[in-house]
Amino acid sequence: MAKAFDFPGGIHPPARKTRSTRHPIATAALPKRVVLPLGQHIGQPAEPCVAVGDRVATGTLIARAQGLISADVHASISGEIIAIESRRVPHPGGLSETCIVIEGDGIRDDWERLPALDWRHTDDATLHARLTASGVVGLGGAGFPTQVKARVRERHAIDTLVINAAECEPYISADDMTLREHAADVLEGARLMAHLSGAERIIIGIEDDKPDAAAALKAAIKAGNRDSLEITLKAFPARYPSGGEKQLIKRLLNREVPSRGLPADVGVLCHNPGTLRAALQAVRDGRPMVSRIVTLTGEALARPGNVEARLGTPMTELLDAAGLDEASLARLVMGGPMMGMELAHLDLPLVKSSNCLIAASTIELPAPPVEQPCIRCGACEEACPASLLPQQLYWFAKSQEHDKAELFNLFDCIECGACSFVCPSHIPLVDYYRAAKSDIRARAFEAQKAEHAKHRFEFRQARLAREAAEKDARRQARTQASRRPKAESAKAASKEPPTTSQTSSAASSPSANDADLKSLRIAHAAAKAAVRKAEKVLTRVSQSGGGQGQAQNADEIQDLEVQLATARENLAAIEARMAAAKEAAAEATSDSSMDTDRERAE
Amino acid sequence: MIEWINDHGMLAAIFALAGLSVAFGALLGYAGERFRVEGDPLVERIDALLPQTQCGQCGYPGCKPYAEAISGGDAINKCPPGGDATIAALADLLGREASPLDGEAQDAPRVAYIREDECIGCTKCIQACPVDAILGAAKHMHTVIADECTGCDLCLDPCPVDCIDMIARDDAIDAWQPPLPAGPGHRPAAQLIVSDRAHTPREATHG
Repeated sequence: MAKAFDFPGGIHPPARKTRSTRHPIATAALPKRVVLPLGQHIGQPAEPCVAVGDRVATGTLIARAQGLISADVHASISGEIIAIESRRVPHPGGLSETCIVIEGDGIRDDWERLPALDWRHTDDATLHARLTASGVVGLGGAGFPTQVKARVRERHAIDTLVINAAECEPYISADDMTLREHAADVLEGARLMAHLSGAERIIIGIEDDKPDAAAALKAAIKAGNRDSLEITLKAFPARYPSGGEKQLIKRLLNREVPSRGLPADVGVLCHNPGTLRAALQAVRDGRPMVSRIVTLTGEALARPGNVEARLGTPMTELLDAAGLDEASLARLVMGGPMMGMELAHLDLPLVKSSNCLIAASTIELPAPPVEQPCIRCGACEEACPASLLPQQLYWFAKSQEHDKAELFNLFDCIECGACSFVCPSHIPLVDYYRAAKSDIRARAFEAQKAEHAKHRFEFRQARLAREAAEKDARRQARTQASRRPKAESAKAASKEPPTTSQTSSAASSPSANDADLKSLRIAHAAAKAAVRKAEKVLTRVSQSGGGQGQAQNADEIQDLEVQLATARENLAAIEARMAAAKEAAAEATSDSSMDTDRERAE
Repeated sequence: MIEWINDHGMLAAIFALAGLSVAFGALLGYAGERFRVEGDPLVERIDALLPQTQCGQCGYPGCKPYAEAISGGDAINKCPPGGDATIAALADLLGREASPLDGEAQDAPRVAYIREDECIGCTKCIQACPVDAILGAAKHMHTVIADECTGCDLCLDPCPVDCIDMIARDDAIDAWQPPLPAGPGHRPAAQLIVSDRAHTPREATHG
């Protein structure tokens, strides 16, 4: 059972961290060539703003963020752009993506920095703009753009900033080493982000297997507390996955993030230490994000450790520098062994979200055993840190019963892998959940797209109807205008039969015209109501916009605008038809009076 | 009154039931008028299942007309862009037998692409596009708004110089989906990186 200030479930995998923490962080050799993918973050890929042949310095902006959730990409070495083309990137499916390739100058490393800022004496807008212009994203692995997270106070009241130093996944020690060597920078970065988000206190959550980092933090807290901001350090026994945002918040604050919600919903913002340091460097030193600290470990490496490497550096160079023994390399994993992805190639670039590279031998990470049938033992349920029912989710995901899986809160699964880890049948449970989640998302996206296409089709139909009605009205006005003098001449002749060129509506009896007019008036009122309703919905949605749902919101607004335009077109069409009918009615009455005149004359 | 009821139990029961049926009949009739739904709600539900490419391959000018036709009794297997998934969904909704697709199934989602230096600016494709996804003016080059294109092919035939191609959508990295594991008896496709059985003696699973 879960105690207060603890999360349920969890596992104790072998940590294997000490191997990479023996030496201080080294600086990797400057690569001769870097490959920078345009989508190193969650959200839209950036758009290149340089051309092949351009000269760039380290820190030059080479691709601009697109849309609301996106991040800039900067040159990580000085040199010449030699290609903008599709290259293989670290991706679980081994896919390619557009990348910018820079050929370096060799040993020269010219920098292009932004002006340095003192964040305590700078307004928020400038700081937001600086974070945006520096391309800082979350370095914990997910790669969420930091500037979007910094703006969270526009939508949520934040009281606590949590520094997520738990680093619970085996092997990874990048945060541990960052804290040991740069604790003061991390704290200063935390103060900056707390200032931007309006948080009143900072809590550092750290597992007790990192005593050196905890000591460094304690010293830094003592040394540098100039503000009134309350900073507390909380160490707790190591247990995977205490570094999950939701689990950490539960453990530190005993607050539970609501289902499908965000930490901001309970007034908390979580940041990775590396991200805080990068944010501080972006503001204080004007240094865009061009490098990151990455753990290189695994039994196939002779000199494991942490290195600060430029983004886009080929992984082969990093691994070779760490003494890779290719013969004993069985699997290359990016990220941790629980949640990371296995890479099929060595020639991939280091990206913003690569926190760890594990060059594992067959002995430490053997090939997965054959999957056996589920024996319904319930071990997964005991291990699940999100209190879900992994076994139920497994059945539903397997039989693709997506609605039931959603009912059992599939989307609250954090994909930590604890259930797969304990499963005695070696069922890759998380793989099932990932497949189901992505299928549900893809279907929802398709449905949304179909809905949008439908609205555009309706808009086009309405526009064509309006154009036809207007054309009709104009033609009728013309015939009537030309008929008037003719009618008068006919009246003068008086013996001639009535002209045969009458339009059908003018020829119909006045009572039919009245009925027509009445139904048109009803349709007119309905169309007006539809326009008003569409306007109301659009204003409501556009006012509730902002925050992390912005990208989706923009799509919705665009769709609603199409619907509003459709309603307006419908209204215009009915107005044109009504005007035509009114004129016809007026004409018909005068016609009928004319006819009676004529009859009388006869 | 009470006495009369006591005396003529049978008649009283008949009157009571007749009175109730008249009253509820009137209520139902009124409600039917008051809350009448314009249009056919079934058509809306069918339309929601169709892929909205508006391609006309079913023989109707758009998805809505086909939805109306289905509701009027037409076959449910005339939608190539929707494929078997749509047929299954329609069969489920309407309680009909799912039949194999009438026509060729479409593989990957496609998008129209105008070879712009060959375009003569005739605006014929613009008029043919059911979702206004082609941009251009008379005697000026046209282009396709790829995000709005439904890949319906309707712009291909009107083009007098055949400068429109249907190409595969270039969103491989967004459209990628992790595969569903093969099931018991198979080795997982390398996604499961560690499990506690493989190498170390079992440790406590609880803290």
